[in-house]
Amino acid sequence: MLIKELTELNGVSGNEDEVRKFIKAEAEKYADSITEDSMGNLICYKKGVSSKYRVMLSAHMDEVGFMVTGYDDGLIKFASIGGIDERILPGKRVLVGEKRIPGVIGSKPIHLQEKIERGNNIKQKNMYIDIGAEKKEEAEKLAPLGEYIAFHSVYTEFGDGCIKAKALDDRIGCAILLEILKETYRFDLYVCFTVQEEIGLRGAGIAAFRVKPDIAIVVEGTTCSDVPGVREHEYSTVMGQGAALTIMDRTSYPNKKLVDFMYNTAKNKNIPVQYKQTTTGGNDAGKIQLSREGVVVASVSVPCRYIHSPVSVMNRRDYESCLSLVKAVLDEFSSNENLIESFKA
Amino acid sequence: MFDLLKKLTGIVGVSGNEEEIREAIIEEIKDCVDEIKVDTLGNLIAVKKGKGKKIMVATHMDEIGIMVTYIDDKGFLRFSAIGGVSRYDSIGQRVKFKNGVVGAVYYEEKLDDMKNLQLSKMYIDIGAKSKEEAQKMVNIGDVACFVGDAVLQGDTVISKALDNRSGCAVAVKAIKDLKKTDNEIYFVFTVQEEVGLRGARTAAFSLKPDIAIAVDITMTGDTPESHPMEVKCGGGPAIKIKDRSVLCHPEVRKLLEESAKRINIPYQLEILEAGGSDPGSIHLTAGGIPSGAISIPVRYVHSPVETASMSDINNAAKLLVEAICKY
Amino acid sequence: MDYINILKDLSTYPGVSGREDKLCGHIAKMFEKYCDSVEIDDFYNVIGIKKGKSASGRKIMVTAHLDEIGLMVKSIDKKGFVTVSNVGGVDSKILLAQEVIIHGKKEIYGIIGAKPPHLLTPEEMKKAVKMEDLTIDTGLSAEEVRENVSVGDIVTFKVDPFELQNSRFSSKSLDNRAGVAALLDIMENLTLLNHNDDVWFVATVQEEVGLRGANIAAYNIDPDLAIVIDVCHGQIPGAPKESVFPLGKGPAVAVGPNLHRKYTKKMIELAKEENIPYQIDVEPGDTGTEAWAVQVSREGIPTLLVSIPLKYMHTVIETLSIDDIKNTGRLIARFISMTGNEMEEVLC
Repeated sequence: MLIKELTELNGVSGNEDEVRKFIKAEAEKYADSITEDSMGNLICYKKGVSSKYRVMLSAHMDEVGFMVTGYDDGLIKFASIGGIDERILPGKRVLVGEKRIPGVIGSKPIHLQEKIERGNNIKQKNMYIDIGAEKKEEAEKLAPLGEYIAFHSVYTEFGDGCIKAKALDDRIGCAILLEILKETYRFDLYVCFTVQEEIGLRGAGIAAFRVKPDIAIVVEGTTCSDVPGVREHEYSTVMGQGAALTIMDRTSYPNKKLVDFMYNTAKNKNIPVQYKQTTTGGNDAGKIQLSREGVVVASVSVPCRYIHSPVSVMNRRDYESCLSLVKAVLDEFSSNENLIESFKA
Repeated sequence: MFDLLKKLTGIVGVSGNEEEIREAIIEEIKDCVDEIKVDTLGNLIAVKKGKGKKIMVATHMDEIGIMVTYIDDKGFLRFSAIGGVSRYDSIGQRVKFKNGVVGAVYYEEKLDDMKNLQLSKMYIDIGAKSKEEAQKMVNIGDVACFVGDAVLQGDTVISKALDNRSGCAVAVKAIKDLKKTDNEIYFVFTVQEEVGLRGARTAAFSLKPDIAIAVDITMTGDTPESHPMEVKCGGGPAIKIKDRSVLCHPEVRKLLEESAKRINIPYQLEILEAGGSDPGSIHLTAGGIPSGAISIPVRYVHSPVETASMSDINNAAKLLVEAICKY
Repeated sequence: MDYINILKDLSTYPGVSGREDKLCGHIAKMFEKYCDSVEIDDFYNVIGIKKGKSASGRKIMVTAHLDEIGLMVKSIDKKGFVTVSNVGGVDSKILLAQEVIIHGKKEIYGIIGAKPPHLLTPEEMKKAVKMEDLTIDTGLSAEEVRENVSVGDIVTFKVDPFELQNSRFSSKSLDNRAGVAALLDIMENLTLLNHNDDVWFVATVQEEVGLRGANIAAYNIDPDLAIVIDVCHGQIPGAPKESVFPLGKGPAVAVGPNLHRKYTKKMIELAKEENIPYQIDVEPGDTGTEAWAVQVSREGIPTLLVSIPLKYMHTVIETLSIDDIKNTGRLIARFISMTGNEMEEVLC
């Protein structure tokens, strides 16, 4: 299990180098060939026994983060990359650039806030990253315009099987796919580690165009809102209750037969499984489904509370459910390749 | 034509769940075309073979609806919208599941201001007394459409799902009335239009036609205090100029205008300021496919009381036949 | 290059998105002077090919969109007043008291009016005027309007270009005819420089309505590298400094996930070496330009974005510095001349 290693790497959308390098080194042990395309997607190919079908698995390497946009003396102005709730930003620690220069997100302390400011959330435009630089020149040298910035968060295990880390969305998917890559199947397997999911599902479309899969399964970290103040029917997933299958979201309507098949496979093998109950959000499946003449897709996810923050939380048991389910489904495809054809309308 | 329309509008065929409507259409056309295929996403492709131009006719067969996402202890259902469902239009409506279960759509009584109405504050009552009882009737992920049986009154038809079963009816009629032509015509009954013009894209990619003509519906500007729009019910089929997803190709627009003039049917020019349509994804596929559309004027779009004129629908079918056979 | 006259000509020539057929023929003629071959595709993209020295077949695509925002006739009322729909991002607030041409059966001059201020309530005075409340007054009878104007006809702004101080130039549609002028400038520069790769210059259509022409061109051309030229916001008072660029300080080279990092770095290094002024445009996500569509075409295309600073974007007084166009042309031409041998190492 590589969750600690993977989540402590920085890979903000568009700058996935660290993650790619790590995954490539791991994947090389098992894959027959690895292609890196112009945007930086890693496509790991594992030849099958029969090679009649092409199965694509995909997890995205990128995470949400920030980018340097300007300076206020030695302080750094920044923009978000991907969807980040600006309410969580004040008082967070970040790492700037490849050299991982430490910085903190500063804003006006409560004592200095006007009365009206106290009742309102602090706007991101009124925050800055302080790396300790005094002058603009110093800041500019260490953190040039366009430099990437990632959340800082130390992988921590706590509670009953819980894990806190940043970037669980979707390093958890990457961790699962690296496990899957160890096995050999009857079909040709393309394990794709994609880029730039968080800024518009950018990498997956071109990867799918290249791979031309018959079927694709996206493995994700997804929202989990089983917390106080939320009514049960608005929970998207429940932590600890197993792999979450997407019925529909904003970007795709996964293949119903495949989703049913996965759900039943889980039930038959006693693997905890749940449906993702809300239909908001989206993921790489949206782009893959519409590639070329159309692709049979499904998404399976590990529930992550406080997603897109440096303190995302998941449960190890859900990781295990998700891994077991993907494995079980691939085994079924392997023992009966005709299944793959049967999902097409 | 009304009988066909009544049959097609009566079927539950919410986006992503087009199985029954597809079967019904196959039943109607299977003896009139050279080949019938269903692709990966579920698009129905009916081919009239020929050696001339390759023409794609796209009519989406899906409709808006709802999906069950949660069942509470007392047997009430919570749901998500599939496609552009109006919260306000939904209140007090009936929905119907494929297995015949009917439910009433309502909202939580504690809601004090209708402006705060959200789908998460609405539910469906199927009369179940408990979660267990409800689960015997429906499952999470099941879909339902709104209820609104087709009614004919003079030249006016009122029904749910005129968007876009009226377009499907036009295509079916055109298939039956096809004139002699060398053109190879692909009648594509597309899926998942209401959730993002999805089926049309993958179908267009595999067919790579010379041109594409969609038959869909458009809104009108002929109701009390409506936004300015020249299209009206009964004014003839509309030839699309633009909507949010496409600026129709001048060649296709010309083909449609000239065809309408040649067979002497009334037509209108359509500028739709809200919404997109299948040509939006078709024209950007596989290096660009010149696309246009015939639109049937429909009032109260996406409600269970969509209202159109039969003469517009009949003329749309004539226009389509003329255009695809004479191109 | 006679920048002023080329810009005057290009910026006043009508070419609203979706109705670029005439303008594209005009631009094709300009391309013919420099290119080995020029073609116009099904959607009116103008494609000029300039062959390189090597026979490698490597293709560099350079795009600038030729379309402009505008209006389209939506309906004609009983008295002959014309209401319009926007094509592309038109700010209805700039339309009041604007002079326009309706391109109907013949060109018809008109003025955009609305309910006068003394009849508005104080509440109405505060709110932005809505497009549907604006009407074009042609001074003609309803019959005459209906005879010559139909739904779907294009409406363009009537504008006289201005030459301002310090080689600043003001006109409509400089977004992105300035980019088209830069394409011509690159072509001219390349006649004096050697280049290995074939260069495909594309003046694209329908950018303002959704990057559509570039999407189609990129798929069909399938280049090895793409450079997109567009405009970015010029510095004006009150705008956040991070998102605007002073005029006359050179083109803005974009950095961010939408752009290929190593090629971009190479271009910036080149600008430094050659003393070509440039600015850095930080783009944390969607650049809102053709680069966004081109990058994810087919199996992915390495893409760069170079922007010309432009004040008052999407108005009839768009203003830029001629020097920025010149430097855009120089920088990109020099960059293209390096591709082939020198550039191979970039990707390693």
